[in-house]
Amino acid sequence: MSRQQQQQQQQQRTPIRHTDSTVEVKSKFEAEYRRFGLKRNSFGGFKEFYQILQTIHHIHGDDVLLEYADIHGDLLPINNDENFNKAVSLANPVLRIIITKKGGESTAYCTNSLQRRRKGLGLPGLRPAGSSTTLSKNKSGIMIGPPQDFRQISSIIDVDILPETHRRVRLHKNGSNKPLGFYIRDGVSVRVTPQGVEKVPGVFISRLVRSGIAESTGLLAVNDEILEVNGIDVAGKSLDQVTAMMVANSHNLIVTVKPVNQRNNIAPRGSKNSMGHSGSVGSGGSIGSALSHDSPSPASQSNPITASSIAEGDSYEEDDDADVILESDCLPSYKSHAPSPLRGSIPQSTSLPHSLSASAASHHNGGSAHSVRSSQESMREDGNVITL
Amino acid sequence: MKRFKRHGHESQRDRLKHELFQFTKTVEHGFPHQPSALGYSPSLQLMAIGTRSGAIKLYGAPGVEFMGLHDENAAVTQVFFMPHQVELVTLLDDNSLHMWTLRGHKGLSELLEIGRFMLTGPPGAPPSVTRVTAVLAHSSGELLLLGTEGGHVFVVEVPGFREMEERNISLDQVTSCVPDDYVGRRNLEHVEALQENPVNSNQVVIGYGRGLMVVWDLERHCAIRHIPATQQLESMWWTEDGGSILSSHSDGSYCSWSLTGEDDGEEEEKSDIPYGNFPCKAITKIVQLPTAAGPPFLLFSGGMPRASYGDRHCVTVIHSKTQVAFDFTSRIIDFFVVTDGPDHTGEPSALVVLVEEELVVIDLQTEGWPVIETPYLVPLHSSAITCSHHVSAIPLKLWERIAAAGSLQNTHYSKKPWPITGGQNLAPDPPQRDLLLTGHEDGTVRFWDASGVCLSPLYKLSTAPVFHADADPNDNMSQSAEGEWPPFRKVGCFDPYSDDPRLGIQKIHLCKYSGYLTVAGTAGQVLMLELNDEAAEQTVEAKVMDLLQGQEGFRWKGHTQLDVREEPVMFPPGFQPFTVVQCQPPAVVTALALHSEWKLVAFGTSHGFGIFDYLQKNKVLIKCTLNPSDQLAMEGPLSRVKSIKKSLRQSFRRIRRSRVSLRKHHISNNTKIQEANARLEAELAEMELAPVQRKIEARSSDDSFTGLVRTLYFADTFLSDSSHNTPSLWAGTNGGGVFAYILSVPPVERRADEPVTAQPAKEIQLMHRAPVVGIVALDGHGVPLPEPLETAHDLARSPEMHGSHHLLVVSEEQFKVFTLPKVSSKTKLKLTAVDGSRVRRVGVAWFVSSKAEDYSEVGLVFLTNQGDVQVLSLPHIKMQVRYPCIRREDVSGIASCVFTKQGQGFYLMSPSEFERFSVSARCLVEPRCLLEAPLHPVSPSQRRPQTEEASSTNSNARDTEDAESAARHVMEHALLNDEKVLQEIQKSLEGDQTSFTENNVKSAVA
Repeated sequence: MSRQQQQQQQQQRTPIRHTDSTVEVKSKFEAEYRRFGLKRNSFGGFKEFYQILQTIHHIHGDDVLLEYADIHGDLLPINNDENFNKAVSLANPVLRIIITKKGGESTAYCTNSLQRRRKGLGLPGLRPAGSSTTLSKNKSGIMIGPPQDFRQISSIIDVDILPETHRRVRLHKNGSNKPLGFYIRDGVSVRVTPQGVEKVPGVFISRLVRSGIAESTGLLAVNDEILEVNGIDVAGKSLDQVTAMMVANSHNLIVTVKPVNQRNNIAPRGSKNSMGHSGSVGSGGSIGSALSHDSPSPASQSNPITASSIAEGDSYEEDDDADVILESDCLPSYKSHAPSPLRGSIPQSTSLPHSLSASAASHHNGGSAHSVRSSQESMREDGNVITL
Repeated sequence: MKRFKRHGHESQRDRLKHELFQFTKTVEHGFPHQPSALGYSPSLQLMAIGTRSGAIKLYGAPGVEFMGLHDENAAVTQVFFMPHQVELVTLLDDNSLHMWTLRGHKGLSELLEIGRFMLTGPPGAPPSVTRVTAVLAHSSGELLLLGTEGGHVFVVEVPGFREMEERNISLDQVTSCVPDDYVGRRNLEHVEALQENPVNSNQVVIGYGRGLMVVWDLERHCAIRHIPATQQLESMWWTEDGGSILSSHSDGSYCSWSLTGEDDGEEEEKSDIPYGNFPCKAITKIVQLPTAAGPPFLLFSGGMPRASYGDRHCVTVIHSKTQVAFDFTSRIIDFFVVTDGPDHTGEPSALVVLVEEELVVIDLQTEGWPVIETPYLVPLHSSAITCSHHVSAIPLKLWERIAAAGSLQNTHYSKKPWPITGGQNLAPDPPQRDLLLTGHEDGTVRFWDASGVCLSPLYKLSTAPVFHADADPNDNMSQSAEGEWPPFRKVGCFDPYSDDPRLGIQKIHLCKYSGYLTVAGTAGQVLMLELNDEAAEQTVEAKVMDLLQGQEGFRWKGHTQLDVREEPVMFPPGFQPFTVVQCQPPAVVTALALHSEWKLVAFGTSHGFGIFDYLQKNKVLIKCTLNPSDQLAMEGPLSRVKSIKKSLRQSFRRIRRSRVSLRKHHISNNTKIQEANARLEAELAEMELAPVQRKIEARSSDDSFTGLVRTLYFADTFLSDSSHNTPSLWAGTNGGGVFAYILSVPPVERRADEPVTAQPAKEIQLMHRAPVVGIVALDGHGVPLPEPLETAHDLARSPEMHGSHHLLVVSEEQFKVFTLPKVSSKTKLKLTAVDGSRVRRVGVAWFVSSKAEDYSEVGLVFLTNQGDVQVLSLPHIKMQVRYPCIRREDVSGIASCVFTKQGQGFYLMSPSEFERFSVSARCLVEPRCLLEAPLHPVSPSQRRPQTEEASSTNSNARDTEDAESAARHVMEHALLNDEKVLQEIQKSLEGDQTSFTENNVKSAVA
């Protein structure tokens, strides 16, 4: 980074901070960071932005992928005008861009991809997320399947340990604005027991919201019976209890259902297997596409969710720790009668990581660096010292 | 090996849990919901109340309470004590009869059901033949006479409930000898009343609905006399001397019939319609009691002129020239009169009236017939309870000051002691003084002595005088004009109709060390009050605090704020307000915290929260938590339209209820109507919700009321760095947000001059976004920080300030411990994700081991929406115990729960009753009472042989006169001296006779 550039940025920065119409962009390509301002309204589309980035990072020849970090710490792709505008609108106060070379290591987008990537660092061969990651790496050059520009929203898991008649579905809510989009109701379930047929109360899916996550996956249907929520049997629980359990787990909901339509069941195979199901966020996937994945793949270990981990219940912990904590003394001081004035400037050379800013609480005027713990840590573990 | 050790450790922990925790529902405070029957035993000095839900409750001297519940879920329509015995009989709505007794067990008496009976008629007979309408417990204690709807009287031997068919008095037997001139020999209708001749137990009078009364000789099995009243009969009373019978009728008249004539020459001695001229309502019960010198007391209920006063609920007392119509606040269930003297046949001393919503006792021996204050059965709900607050271990000084202020409010009560004195209260004196404060819809705060079994009123505070109310409290309707007829006098305090709902109390906080009280209400008012022993006239300073802080696009559609009186107001001794903070917009206050050491009060609404310095009377902080897109919170109360609809419906129901004139055995009809109503309502509710389905959606920041402040907490802890502790305020919102502020409080000497400031320090947004319902700071030992001023008064160990502090955040779904000062998650416990229940109420409690007094643990007690009480250990937040406590459908019960610092709790089991429970194995407040069977005048030969255990407290004593008197002597001795001795004797009394004598000797020596 040349001295000149740095100065340029700093000159720019002050106005950027305090006008709503500009977005601060911080982009990273390999080990290099760049910062620049972007007019929120007057700026064009994705193409233009792509070119700017190429210019700034001097990577004209290469084909690169653009990703940004959203408020939940998820990495999401930027590849068209629509998601670019989304990214800009969410940037608060900083839009963090990560640029990777196409054809290099790529990831599928899914829950907490930032953290997953971080955690995976020390564990080669055990890519925690994205079933096709390892696949594409091994046979570099040939991309199989759609993952890189898509985001995982659901998966069928634990096929090998569940009875054929049951299906365990994981819905990834994180980061997307789409509603989970289903309703449940009380009902009567018929069970076959040694004593004969028995009717017991059960909980069923009563309605799917159009273009909600549940409907998009195609893995859940109206009148499917809910058997478990994140590994916990719902037998004997009231509708309200089951509702509360699902809402409490909504960031990473795993429901075991007995599908009303038993014709699409997946027969368990000999080997450990789980199905990753990726569907574009926009258009509904289908069971068919899920089934088409069944080539024996080394991705088998990829999915961390197994029955045992469900039982222990701690493989999702990471999600909760993502409580957003705005730390300490850098919050603007409160003056009881007049609203606090905007901060004039920020420290000139700071090594503070700028936040992904989960805080929608912009009433602090964004005057100083909000720090989000998770991002802070992820930075540190990536081994990057952030300098300007 | 390791495994084995671990196992051993666990079992030790289990044992410890047993010593620390135990769940008991100990006692019910307040007034029984929907009472339906009243009984009294002059010999036991016990009163019995039956309820519509099938409960039966016995009350004697203060602290003596017994409680039983019928298995059938049917209303108790009548209660009778067997004369001179410890048994009582209840008649239920489903026509079943039940016999209860008070049995001694481990030195205490307990109420047990010992028999049940259903009258069976001849095969093929219609059910009305055996439908019981009147019951007479015969003075022999061996017989029950049951009058039925069909007009028959069945005789049943008790306690075995053996029907004595040969002694039944059938309708045919009676009609065959009715004099011919009795108007057309019409159908006599049902048996309305049965009475026994007080001087000749062989004679009973049977009153038929049509009006005919027949005096029947049980021995000779024939009618002696006929009394041909022609009005529909309501009740009868046989006078003490047996010389005449009083009858009361449905047209509001009563008659006196003399029986002195030898033959059937009965005569109507006197007939009167006391409130006559215009048509009157029925006199439902009439009682006449003689006095040693002078005219008798005549008491009757009802009889009011139908058109003008038909809606009044009155009991009229006439003595000599004095006549008063006591005008009650709700429907009269029943009444009885307590009489003086050794045989309870002396002067009438007190009138006890059970009305639907309270119990009123009137002193008949003091001039002016004042009301005697009740030590139990207090009408908690005289105005609807809107919140409650419990304060443990009140310092004696403050207690005395509050009690003194309260006693000045009670000057209109009679000085006479409580007239019902049966049984002995053996409960140990409460170890400390506890206060329960209830906030009410009418803006009052009531202080209750919650130390012991009896919840008794201490003091009442009204916040209404601070404001201009719609109705002036001075235009009191109870003030009756001179010479008004009927001579009404309002009694009772049940008054559920609030003039202004904005006055309702929502949050209360009392500092027991400084005597400061803060009270917050429905219209965003926060009052600061100080205890003052003198009356004072002062102006209450009002401060408006705008919580919106210039939020745009806001339109408050809720109620307006209350108008504070600008002129000085005279406040009586007690808690006197000196400042009122008014939140703007005037939304209901949802959180309140007081720090009396820093002299700060914090309050929160659905819009934000603020801190007020009540010493300098200055605002310290305002923070708006409102989400700009949250339209609902912006506009005002959630469902105004709905609530108007609801209140309309309720008022219609009230009108309908008051219209239905009820007669005592027609409760069944009423309950049927109510049941039908309830069913209809349930169906309606179902239709509205159908199909019952629940949306599964993650919470988002755009949900409604995410900015509503749920909890506020002051703590002196490490917020900025780990070496300096500072005062801080913590606020938790409905959307899972926690805001922390560092407060700079000037040192005491400059406190009045320098401003207090607040600086934002931290914000936590819980990812699961569930409402934050509790925040607790834990000291270096993992113990919650003490209350303000607690250490200053040497009442608590000062907190450990060396180790690192932690912050416990309780959301509805999770418990999470964060480190301080750098807030990072340390441990957590997920509740909802695992079992689907949510935290509703939470409190910190100290549990002392029941085995070793010096061992105690601190725990977090909480109640879930499933109605379970659970305890978590601190600071490790490990689940300890879980007990089902409240039905999960009982939403208002769950919402009303408060915990004490000793692991007890209270919740409203009905609008008028607190259920007290204990999670602690050591700290229990429960009734422990003993009831001695009376020594009855009937000679032993007349008595049936005692069945082995019935009334064992005294069964042995009955066998021989000597043993009896000896036992009594020893008992008295023991009671005067030592409880232990008494218990020993009790044990021996339950044992065999020989050991009793031995013990007797021993105790005599001792």
